[in-house]
Amino acid sequence: MLKVLFFASLREQLGIDQLGLESARAATVAQLREILMADHPGWAQLLSQPQLMVAVNQTIAGNQTALQDGDEIAFFPPVTGG
Amino acid sequence: MIHIQQEDFDSGAELQALEASGPATGAVCSFTGLARDYGDKEGVSALFLEHYPGMTEAAIENILRDAHERWPLQGVRVIHRVGTLQPGERIVFVGVASSHRKEAFAACEFIMDYLKTGAPFWKKEITAQGEHWVEQKASDQSASQRWQKTP
Repeated sequence: MLKVLFFASLREQLGIDQLGLESARAATVAQLREILMADHPGWAQLLSQPQLMVAVNQTIAGNQTALQDGDEIAFFPPVTGG
Repeated sequence: MIHIQQEDFDSGAELQALEASGPATGAVCSFTGLARDYGDKEGVSALFLEHYPGMTEAAIENILRDAHERWPLQGVRVIHRVGTLQPGERIVFVGVASSHRKEAFAACEFIMDYLKTGAPFWKKEITAQGEHWVEQKASDQSASQRWQKTP
């Protein structure tokens, strides 16, 4: 399984903070994004925001980052702490 | 030392701990961030801070490792609060101990600049008209990027 997390404004807009996905369905972050958009009508615009950040196993990643069973993938807007 | 917590902290106690970093310590510098009553909008009655448990701590550890590689530091303490905060409350503390003031000033600013752009925290402002998530500022991005040019 892949564990997918959403934070802050994205979490509120999607109305969900996490979901699980069979790991065989997505080999990369880009594929995962496409599957999430296909599975959930209405998510396309939110998940294709250019400034959206993604982390794989708590490290900043990119669209081409490869995914493996057990990975934790997080999508979130630019950070605003401090 | 990195703490992500809901509770308030004692800036004075943090400074004293840094002052006790050892006989080579000649300078302690700190930054304390407070919740303001205005931000992206006026009339902010509260802030809500969210973080990504695990990744936030790891991201700050990386920033501190970079700081230790750039400057000789005897001590670093970072505290960041999460949850709901009222105007005037402390949000963040960054303190460093070093032998000399230049290193202490620089490292404190470096850590704060990278914390604002590299650590997964998100801030929401609550006003009488509603609530909205704060947008990342271009000035925060340029503040951290300038460290990439000069050591």
